[in-house]
Amino acid sequence: MNDMTPTREQREAALEGMGCKRKRVEDIRFTQGQGQYVDDVKLPGMVFGDFVRSPYPHAKITKIDASEALKIPGVIAVLTAEDLKGVNLAWMPTLAGDVQMVLADGKVLYQNQEVAFVVAENRYIADDAIQLVEVEYEELPVLVDPFKAMDPDAPVLRPDLEGKTEGAHGPRDHHNHIFKWQVGDKDETAKAFSDADVTIKEMISYHRTHPSPLETCQCVASMDKVKGELTVWGTFQAPHVIRTVASLLSTIPEHKIHVIAPDIGGGFGNKVGAYPGYICSIVASIVTGVPVKWVEDRMENLSTTSFARDYHMTTEIAAKKDGTVTGLKVHVLADHGGFDACADPSKWPAGFFNIVTGSYDFPTAHLEVDGVYTNKAPGGVAYRCSFRVTEAAYCIERAMDILAQKLEMDPADLRMKNFVKQEQFPYQSALGWEYDSGDYHTAMQKAMDTIGYRQLREEQKAKQEAFKRGETREVMGIGISFFTEIVGAGPSKNCDILGVAMFDSAEIRVHPTGSVISRMGTKSQGQGHETTWAQIIATEIGIPADDIMVEEGNTDTAPYGLGTYGSRSTPVAGAAIALAARKIRNKAQMIAAHMLEVSEYDLEWDIDGFQVKGNPQARKSMKEIAWAAYNAPPPNMEPGLEAVSYYDPPNMTYPFGAYFCVMDIDVDTGVAKTRRFYALDDCGTRINPMIIEGQVHGGLTEAFAIAMGQEIRYDEMGNVMGASFMDFFLPTAVETPHWETDHTVTPSPHHPIGAKGVGESPNVGGVPAFSNAVNDAFQFLGSTHIQMPHDAWRVWQAAKDLGAHG
Amino acid sequence: MSDIEQIPVTMTVNGKKVQRFVEPRTLLIHFLREDLDITGPHIGCETSHCGACTIEMNGMSIKACTMFAAQANNAELTTVEGMANPDGTLSALQEGFRQMHGLQCGYCTPGMIMRAHVLLKENPNPTEDEIRMGIAGNLCRCTGYQNIVKAIQYAAAKLNDTEFQEAAE
Repeated sequence: MNDMTPTREQREAALEGMGCKRKRVEDIRFTQGQGQYVDDVKLPGMVFGDFVRSPYPHAKITKIDASEALKIPGVIAVLTAEDLKGVNLAWMPTLAGDVQMVLADGKVLYQNQEVAFVVAENRYIADDAIQLVEVEYEELPVLVDPFKAMDPDAPVLRPDLEGKTEGAHGPRDHHNHIFKWQVGDKDETAKAFSDADVTIKEMISYHRTHPSPLETCQCVASMDKVKGELTVWGTFQAPHVIRTVASLLSTIPEHKIHVIAPDIGGGFGNKVGAYPGYICSIVASIVTGVPVKWVEDRMENLSTTSFARDYHMTTEIAAKKDGTVTGLKVHVLADHGGFDACADPSKWPAGFFNIVTGSYDFPTAHLEVDGVYTNKAPGGVAYRCSFRVTEAAYCIERAMDILAQKLEMDPADLRMKNFVKQEQFPYQSALGWEYDSGDYHTAMQKAMDTIGYRQLREEQKAKQEAFKRGETREVMGIGISFFTEIVGAGPSKNCDILGVAMFDSAEIRVHPTGSVISRMGTKSQGQGHETTWAQIIATEIGIPADDIMVEEGNTDTAPYGLGTYGSRSTPVAGAAIALAARKIRNKAQMIAAHMLEVSEYDLEWDIDGFQVKGNPQARKSMKEIAWAAYNAPPPNMEPGLEAVSYYDPPNMTYPFGAYFCVMDIDVDTGVAKTRRFYALDDCGTRINPMIIEGQVHGGLTEAFAIAMGQEIRYDEMGNVMGASFMDFFLPTAVETPHWETDHTVTPSPHHPIGAKGVGESPNVGGVPAFSNAVNDAFQFLGSTHIQMPHDAWRVWQAAKDLGAHG
Repeated sequence: MSDIEQIPVTMTVNGKKVQRFVEPRTLLIHFLREDLDITGPHIGCETSHCGACTIEMNGMSIKACTMFAAQANNAELTTVEGMANPDGTLSALQEGFRQMHGLQCGYCTPGMIMRAHVLLKENPNPTEDEIRMGIAGNLCRCTGYQNIVKAIQYAAAKLNDTEFQEAAE
């Protein structure tokens, strides 16, 4: 070998494969303003659609008169439910097995509900016309409080369901009842409670909020009447599913529908579902024959397309005197708004909320969820979480703190005592999941050591004494969250969306010169798939990541996949990518054997090619093999070098983490300052540590917002109170705390590269850490539970109620 | 077409002089994006809160969603499209955002870079607190700002010819 021959380390580094902090490919275009987002799409003849919306949360519609609006020059059409009935689209099915009005059909069920769709030459004219559409309403009694939804005399929200005693998920007990979902062993759990030394019970609410990506939901629909083909550009986290839904609803054959999700400006679950705006744009394009663009404004986004959470969780734990937990009982009242448009896998009306036993070894548990209708916007999306996992994590993490308080035990010690032990994995939870892997004690100990947990408790004790002596007006809270997630939906045995199994896919083509194009069924909204998917391929087939182009979002070219949400991309598509790459490597091995005139069994893989065992000089690089695949393949072998893989995961993955939040709160102003936030994540194998860290920063910032003030609130009249950035808390750089990140690595045993997914962990784990910090700060004054969100006003109020103001 | 009378506007955008007729009510952001096809500046709220539409006008940061195109008459504007070096390479700020992973979905990035650009002109050596306060009019939903701060520090160091010291975690 001469001096110029690269070393193994150099060859490895040149790939920029898994584990390296590869800089992002996407950034070249994004930093120059060259991203292609939906609102950047501009087509010849394109017109604009916009909605007339209801000012009332519950009302009959007696008349819609668009005649004045249609007189404005430039107004093309005004669609109402009556028009949509002609194409059987006045209502649409939801992912949760309910139906939802596309445009108000005789009544409205929430403020800002879509009533009519105005189509005009530009946005301004559409806006002018909206003001002139006359709608007559007859107000109906409003139902806001979910706890009153099933009162005998509660208003009937859904006359369309009259007489239906069965919903998509079993019997309905009341006209506003959607479903009851039960999991676990009721009798065993009851026994655990009657035998318990200690029990706790608390109603823990997780308030209604919204994912609010910076780019709202939008689309451009273009019907080519001559070809009978429909093209839809849209903010779609799951473009392939949207194509299937569009075909089923419109009866246009699926191969004649082209769905394109271009660059997406953040999703966080907001862009999974199908919304009236999409349907109306498609219908309007079919009617007018020209492309129709619909762009939601911020108020529409916050008040109509998909809230998140709104779970009211009555939580009970049974335990022994020494702190060993013996049973868990949770009843959830789930406020779904006017339609059940939850974006969950079909068989899971409350998502994967049955992960609520968390990281703890509960011998028995029972869970019951009742979904109810109210006069609020529909949705229930997984806001950066895997289908109600964040609600579950908040529920159990808050409840463990309450139990620790009752037992007068340290909450970290209580957790340590009850963790599922490393040797128990794979672990069968009392509510039916098989946790694939974990090492909770190690992660918790590392986190406690790093932040100096015991010293912090000492400091807190001293501060509490000083507070009682009147020497300080500040209280200190230490918030702990040790969460276990369940992500990677999911195995076809229990996960589907509208009947389509929740697999995902990858296609990889190696070109003759050894560069690659690859396409997946997922769709990045900022996660950096173009960068990280190439890293997996680079490591698996030894071609530099820079020579690999990744494409997603075009349903004509990409293989069918279920999209990106629920932290499923890495667990599902990431596995498909690795397996497709391995098919390529297997074929490459046969080609290399032919080239080197040896048996393929005499070859071994070495970073970027195959070499003869015991004779590393005799080797063929992947570049050489790729050329040969198109030029001189072995006899009887098809030329070319490409592969497709569809991956049906055998199980979910179970990322976990230990988060600690240290907070100082001024009891006289209610202002809470986060002094430290430490996040240790275990997401198994790490593909790009830079991107993981970025995901954790972003998710923690969302968690901070949710816990400390972000809320979609309704007043008692049903007016939505949080529908602008004036009222809806999005933290700026000034309020946002400094984040410390750390990790342990416990690879998933069933995933081809051992990766588990990370994007949602910080949102799931962050919220309980913040809330527990606030609650922990006030515990010594006699508080057991303060509801979120913990904005300064509410914290001040809590301090006042506890007598902290003298 | 609407029958509202159109008025002439003239401005320099990214070094190029443009002249158009617009309705008086046309927002500057729509004028840039739809009339001039300059789609780097984005729309996130239309209420001045999010800053996705931030551009530079006569040396100041402005939010193009709450200004009329007519108010930019005779002004000199720079958008993110005008930020790359003359040879087409990424400017110090653009490079900083990439090196420090200061962006994810990219939607706030054009506004964030344009705000940082003017911030560094106003204050070439900002402290972390000054950077955080300086970009408080620009929301990001993805990054949690920490790496945006680093990106701006990276650019400041590069523009000042000093060494970038990445703050310890």
